[in-house]
Amino acid sequence: MSDRDVIEFDVLIVGAGPAGLATAIRLKQLREDLNVCVIDKASTVGAQILSGAVMEPEPLDELLPGWRDNPPPILQPVLKDEFSFLTEKSRYWMPNPPQMNNHGNFIISLGATCAWLAEQAEEAGVEIYPGFAASEPLFNEAGDQVIGVRIGDMGIDKQGNPKDGFMQGVDITAQMTVLAEGCRGSVSKALIAKFGLDADCDPQTYGIGMKELWQVPKGRVKPGTVQHTLGWPLDTSTYGGSFLYQLDEDRVALGFVIGLDYQDPEFEPFEAFQQFKNHPSIKALLEGGTIISSGARAIVEGGIQSLPKLEMPGALLVGDAGGKLNVPKIKGTHMALRSGMMAAEHLAKELTHSGYDQLWRGSSSAAELHKVRNIRPGFQKGMWFGLVNAAIETVTMGKLPRTLSNHPDHEQLRKVSEPRLSPQYDSSKRSLEPRDRLASVYFAATEHDEDQPVHLQVTDTNICVTRCKEEYNNPCTRFCPANVYEMVETDGETQLQINSANCVHCKTCDIKDPYQIINWTTPEGSAGPNYVNL
Amino acid sequence: MKILVGIKRVVDYNVRIRVKPDGSGVVTDGVKMSMNPFDEIAVEEALQIKERGECDEIIVISIGAKQSQEQLRTALAMGADRGVHVLVDEQIEPLTASKAILSVAQSEGVDLILLGKQAIDDDNNQTAQMVAALWDRPQATFASELAFTDGKVTAVREVDAGLEVLEVDLPAVISVDLRLNEPRYVKLPDMMKAKKKTIDVKSLEDLGVTSGAGVTSLGVRAPEGRQAGIKVETVEELVKELQARGLVND
Repeated sequence: MSDRDVIEFDVLIVGAGPAGLATAIRLKQLREDLNVCVIDKASTVGAQILSGAVMEPEPLDELLPGWRDNPPPILQPVLKDEFSFLTEKSRYWMPNPPQMNNHGNFIISLGATCAWLAEQAEEAGVEIYPGFAASEPLFNEAGDQVIGVRIGDMGIDKQGNPKDGFMQGVDITAQMTVLAEGCRGSVSKALIAKFGLDADCDPQTYGIGMKELWQVPKGRVKPGTVQHTLGWPLDTSTYGGSFLYQLDEDRVALGFVIGLDYQDPEFEPFEAFQQFKNHPSIKALLEGGTIISSGARAIVEGGIQSLPKLEMPGALLVGDAGGKLNVPKIKGTHMALRSGMMAAEHLAKELTHSGYDQLWRGSSSAAELHKVRNIRPGFQKGMWFGLVNAAIETVTMGKLPRTLSNHPDHEQLRKVSEPRLSPQYDSSKRSLEPRDRLASVYFAATEHDEDQPVHLQVTDTNICVTRCKEEYNNPCTRFCPANVYEMVETDGETQLQINSANCVHCKTCDIKDPYQIINWTTPEGSAGPNYVNL
Repeated sequence: MKILVGIKRVVDYNVRIRVKPDGSGVVTDGVKMSMNPFDEIAVEEALQIKERGECDEIIVISIGAKQSQEQLRTALAMGADRGVHVLVDEQIEPLTASKAILSVAQSEGVDLILLGKQAIDDDNNQTAQMVAALWDRPQATFASELAFTDGKVTAVREVDAGLEVLEVDLPAVISVDLRLNEPRYVKLPDMMKAKKKTIDVKSLEDLGVTSGAGVTSLGVRAPEGRQAGIKVETVEELVKELQARGLVND
């Protein structure tokens, strides 16, 4: 394929999220002369970004000092923090954990904020190309250095043959490639494996976050109220909880986050979220309203002990492509922005990978993650142990001479033969939309040309009908929030059916599948969800 | 031959349309916007005509807010030669759009105006017809096939009764339908080149067009939601429920 177009840049950034855009903006501020390109698989910047989100504003103050005079479209100062424990019928108020004090922080839509950041970046001279998906990394001839990425082809049919209008993807090469794909990025995953970047750290551990943005009847919302809950509808062995942020214009952002180290193979994260919404105290707020947009995304929860090396020859990992979310704070945007800015400051001196990992590990961001390192792993032993452990770690400020380990999420499922841990949810009592996962996908406005190769590659579909069916009863049909995986019977034979057009790019399947035979790859550029203000 | 193609920035077809709570229109904040799909087909057709050597220059025009330039850039990346952006901040009606398009067409001396049959936001389906009337030139609407020979164009139109074949003299206005072609993907290198192509920004005033207010929007509202159904256990119950609603006689 010698006729493939090649485009060259000084720095290529894969992913237009907070980390990637902060890298780009900072780099142009410091080195006007560098050609900086950002690509993103979404049709427009922000369309595939999903986060709670409450943001600490300090990194933005540093990156764009005048930003408060020209703010992103959704920016609601936090006025009140509330924390409670739910049972099926009641709600018990609890003291707000100190890490979750949001005084001075803002409720934002990370999607809208990224679209706004992209405008700032373009003004600074960054070239941003949404709609182009990085399908694989490119290496030098010796194969020991990253030299860019290949953009996926467009116009290939399901069987892999070129259709009319087939367009070969270009190669983008750069002196330095910055991977800012977010949690479990597909190129990052390949590179972490190739360079063994995770050889000296714990396995990464993840969560799945589901979110809906609601327009509710006038007068109910108290803008600036931030609420979090623990407890119902989760059993105590499953880590997770809800967030509910009240915005202006009668809008409410709410969602549910569940640790992907949950053990019950029959558990359905999506159902837990929907069940939560129908709690009497939540339903009263939403009833009569409509969903503006909804979606899901895996998040990184492993903290500093699971953080891979952030550099490799020719490339850096920034933001959650490395995994810098602060779990007790339930925030990652400030960490993403900071790691991007740090990467830019490093690259502005010299276009080399060498030294970035050390720079980051010596920073206040690393210290922030170090301090809270033992809180998330404490919940492996259940919610009550986790809470007591969290209290001890908070009081001792992470100074106890110990670091609890993380475990790989895909190894945590119990067999179906063991008794169930999570309760059976009765969906018939629910009255709020969406009624099921397919209805939810509708609000994600996800779109994939159906006549393209399936981007969810299952390497051995035999396992699905044999071992997996027997051992775990095909958990992919339940953990996927978009109903992508179905076991269907045709002519008396059960088979895995992959409804890849429903995919919302959350990457949960790539993480939780117990045999690690699902590989999430990028579909055609522009395909995927089109979120509105998530 | 010189072709003018009109394109409009609209809410993307994948997006679920929501009406603003105050009923003044539909929500566009934070919503994905794209080129009207029928206009994309018009651009593709112009490109194919040019690739056959039957056209020398393709000019794309868009009327709308500043962001309309994103859609003009897309058309330039597909292969159009240059763009004209008529900057207006308020909603304009088809008659004003038609006058603006015609003004540019006349000053550029184009032989063909290609437009989408309608925009998917307001579904007016008026602009092509109005441009042709104001210009006093022939029109062929809903074209699904075009062929050019010596100053004439043969257009196959998709009409209710089937297909109608028209031959019209150039200059003419043609509005295109869905089945005319399949628009190409935009290449990244072309996207980069498109940034260097010119877009002239003009106001309605520059074009000598006054924005008329012949139509006033009284309000926009969403269709009524469907009532939830009920489940019945027996035929007797079904009959009873239908009778209660006055749908069958006692």
